[in-house]
Amino acid sequence: MSAPATTPAAAEPDFVQLLNDGLLAKFIEAVGEENVLWRRDELVVYECDGYVIAKNSPDVVIFPTTRDQLVATIKICHEAGVPFVPRGAGTSLAGGALSVGGGVMITLTRMKSILEINLRDRYAVVEPGVVNVWLTRALAGSGFHYAPDPSSQGACTLGGNVATNSGGPHTLKYGVTVNHVKGVELVLPDGSTLVTGGVVEDAPGYDLTGLIVGHEGTFGIVSRVIVNLARDPEAGRTFLGVFDSVDAATETVSGIIAAGIVPAALEMLDNLMIRAVEQAFGFGFPTEAGAVLIIEIDGLEAGLERESHAVAEIVRQNGGEVQKSIAWRTRKEPEYVAIWKSRKSAFGAIGRLSPTFCTQDGVVPRTKLPHILRFITATGEKYGLRIANVFHAGDGNIHPILLFDERDPDQVKQVLLASHEILEECVNVGGSVTGEHGIGVEKMEFMPKLFTPEDLSAMETIRNTFNPEGNCSPSKMLPMGGGCIEKKSPGHHASA
Amino acid sequence: MATATDGGGFDLDSLASKIDYRRFQECIHCGLCTASCPTYVETGDENDSPRGRIYLMRSVRDGRLGLSDPVREHLNLCLDCRACESACPSGVQYGKLIEPFKVALQDSAPAGQRPSLLQRLILTQLFPYARRVKLALQPARILQKYGVLDWFEKKGLTNLLPPTLRRLQAMLPPLAPVQPPPLPEVLPPVGPKRARVALFLGCVADAMYPETNAATARVLQHNGCEVVIPENQNCCGAIHYHSGYEEPAIQLARANMEMFNPDDFDAIIINAAGCGAMFKDYTHLLPHADHELAAKFVSKVKDISEFLMSLGPIKPTNELDRTVVYHDACHLCHGQQIRNQPRQLLGMIPGLKLAPLEESEICCGAAGTYNLTQPEMSERLGRRKMDRIEQTGASIVATGNVGCILQIARKVKERGLEIKVEHPIDLLDRAYGDVPEQASN
Repeated sequence: MSAPATTPAAAEPDFVQLLNDGLLAKFIEAVGEENVLWRRDELVVYECDGYVIAKNSPDVVIFPTTRDQLVATIKICHEAGVPFVPRGAGTSLAGGALSVGGGVMITLTRMKSILEINLRDRYAVVEPGVVNVWLTRALAGSGFHYAPDPSSQGACTLGGNVATNSGGPHTLKYGVTVNHVKGVELVLPDGSTLVTGGVVEDAPGYDLTGLIVGHEGTFGIVSRVIVNLARDPEAGRTFLGVFDSVDAATETVSGIIAAGIVPAALEMLDNLMIRAVEQAFGFGFPTEAGAVLIIEIDGLEAGLERESHAVAEIVRQNGGEVQKSIAWRTRKEPEYVAIWKSRKSAFGAIGRLSPTFCTQDGVVPRTKLPHILRFITATGEKYGLRIANVFHAGDGNIHPILLFDERDPDQVKQVLLASHEILEECVNVGGSVTGEHGIGVEKMEFMPKLFTPEDLSAMETIRNTFNPEGNCSPSKMLPMGGGCIEKKSPGHHASA
Repeated sequence: MATATDGGGFDLDSLASKIDYRRFQECIHCGLCTASCPTYVETGDENDSPRGRIYLMRSVRDGRLGLSDPVREHLNLCLDCRACESACPSGVQYGKLIEPFKVALQDSAPAGQRPSLLQRLILTQLFPYARRVKLALQPARILQKYGVLDWFEKKGLTNLLPPTLRRLQAMLPPLAPVQPPPLPEVLPPVGPKRARVALFLGCVADAMYPETNAATARVLQHNGCEVVIPENQNCCGAIHYHSGYEEPAIQLARANMEMFNPDDFDAIIINAAGCGAMFKDYTHLLPHADHELAAKFVSKVKDISEFLMSLGPIKPTNELDRTVVYHDACHLCHGQQIRNQPRQLLGMIPGLKLAPLEESEICCGAAGTYNLTQPEMSERLGRRKMDRIEQTGASIVATGNVGCILQIARKVKERGLEIKVEHPIDLLDRAYGDVPEQASN
């Protein structure tokens, strides 16, 4: 069970002892000295990911370069009975790549080959350390792309995308990671290998691929992924809808969906966010607007004109105005690239408004968007916090960003309370506490609110089938804890 | 908790005084910079990523870590290419963090890790002085002329040189048998005068590729510019500044601002990305009292491609039926945010096919003096760049910085390829057809 937040150094010598007693030598033998970090000063950067509230340094970091080395590394961990956790690019916003309790961190960034691209059968086989956008770049000009495009796609890895079932702006029409993974090869926590799915549709038997996508590292470590390649649309239109208020923008979202239009993407930015993004990228967003919507439709050129008119009409009916309309044939046109760069880097641009921030990742039914945004505003006022909003409106996936100064302990407390209230309200209106960032360590406490004990117990049974000793990614996702391996607790250090 | 490891003597207070702590806090640890960093894409180790290096530096600043060997290794491996600044949504000014650290690293380097006397002499006493470089190249010029250098290379005799000189020797481009005469101080415009500009020649560039400066002057003339080329020009100061010698850099900046009086010219033209980025950084380099003058000076500083595209370039007529790729020099694309203009100029040349180059914004490994101080990573990045170039099947690589030209040309030679590496202005110059007979090839 969860250890209290204390100084984490207490149990450290145990692991150091293990390393010195031969464990380190085994790792070095398996992967080579150049693929192991153990000097204290080099472990510090691995103590957190994009979620900086919780920090804990691993005791050793291994970089397998091949599947065989990955298997060998996991076998050594299994034999020694030590905890291990996978890490890709470390962009998780929920502490997914945090080494809870210390132990071994297995970093996949040196397994980064695109092994096969098969355009005729529309699939690609990749290693887990391939950066999402590398695959899209490798496909440039082929008429195909890999559809899930998380905002961090320029840095995050496909292995991490599989672990968290990542989404992105274009998931509204094209679906999330699980809809685009045809099969995986998973190295189980005992070092054996499981292969699921394949290059053809509809493998018989249980849909284990679907089960594994989103496992957050609790089933083992994915060593290969077969992904689906999507056809590039013939053409598209990207509109910038400008509104006086967040309310008008969210009503428009419901209006568009109600009209039977399925936009490729439907994103909202509120005034605070618009100003940050404009300062960072100078795209030309109206900094006085209450909110903007980025509305994208794509498909056959022939139908786009009619749909464009329909979208503009709905925007108008809600008191807004389409101020920009980008017509594109490929997603490389400069204005298209510019508007999406602004949107996708929005989190980062927050650094210009505030020294520290905390992003939440709630989901509500689309029709509850106006309600939850009003609730967020009220919560911000209640706690005296500035809250910026940028989110995948089409999915009802909200991302309130709470701004604060980490050096002020009172503000830190307020932020934690406000976040909690907002997420609870998401659950109350029939939503959930994560749309795409995963549970990680950040949202574990919410699991009992989302699920009954029976639900959670079923999940634990499944986890134990893959990971019976709980040594793979302990203390992640499921609040039951992973046995008695917890040596340290990340606590709630609020420093970036 | 990680405890501060003893990192040998360095003055933490002095280092801390040079860095505004808010610069660290601007990094929100999102990690979006990582895949833009050449050293991280090579090693996959977050200690070699911008986010990781900022974390290391902040830990040193906070007293959690010392400047221990591992910390030194990871910070020294940084190219200072600023690709991370282009990628960072939060506006982190990475250069303002790493540069004071580079100075501290150098000042406190353990005896075995200091730059050798030879390296220091080359960096501070040779490179920044065009005339000295020209003199130093004289023996090489003669040896090349009679084919002796090639013979030395084949027989492995160049291996007898100290490693630093050996690497320099390998980078030598084919030099003209005789140093061409200096350019006249004023060159008249062709046709009606559209602007009066000054041309900055650079030091290493002018010694190794004087014909590019001549081409730049001709292209400017062709576009209706009166070109003023002051005699006895100085170095821009970049070599000193990036090697941690701040005071001489400031003196050079003052001398340049006097020589190139911004009131006298419509623009001050530079064709080397590194020098241009340094000129544009004078407001940061100089003390506050000089800021007004520096700002005026900086407002006139233009890269040749930036200037031509804002002037409205005259369309060239000569055909160049070749496939060309453009490599983004870090100090142009990240340092000055200039990406489209050189491509637009190349695109104007009739017959020229501009092929896309994958990872065109990843550093080629030249990075100023990096190829001398970090030869292994420089080699890896050079190989990576060449692999991408070879995929395109291009017969010409165009790039706007002398360091990149030297580095890529050396790799081309190593691989025995028939690829020319040139400044975009050399191509444009040929397409204008004003090239005098003896200078064309």
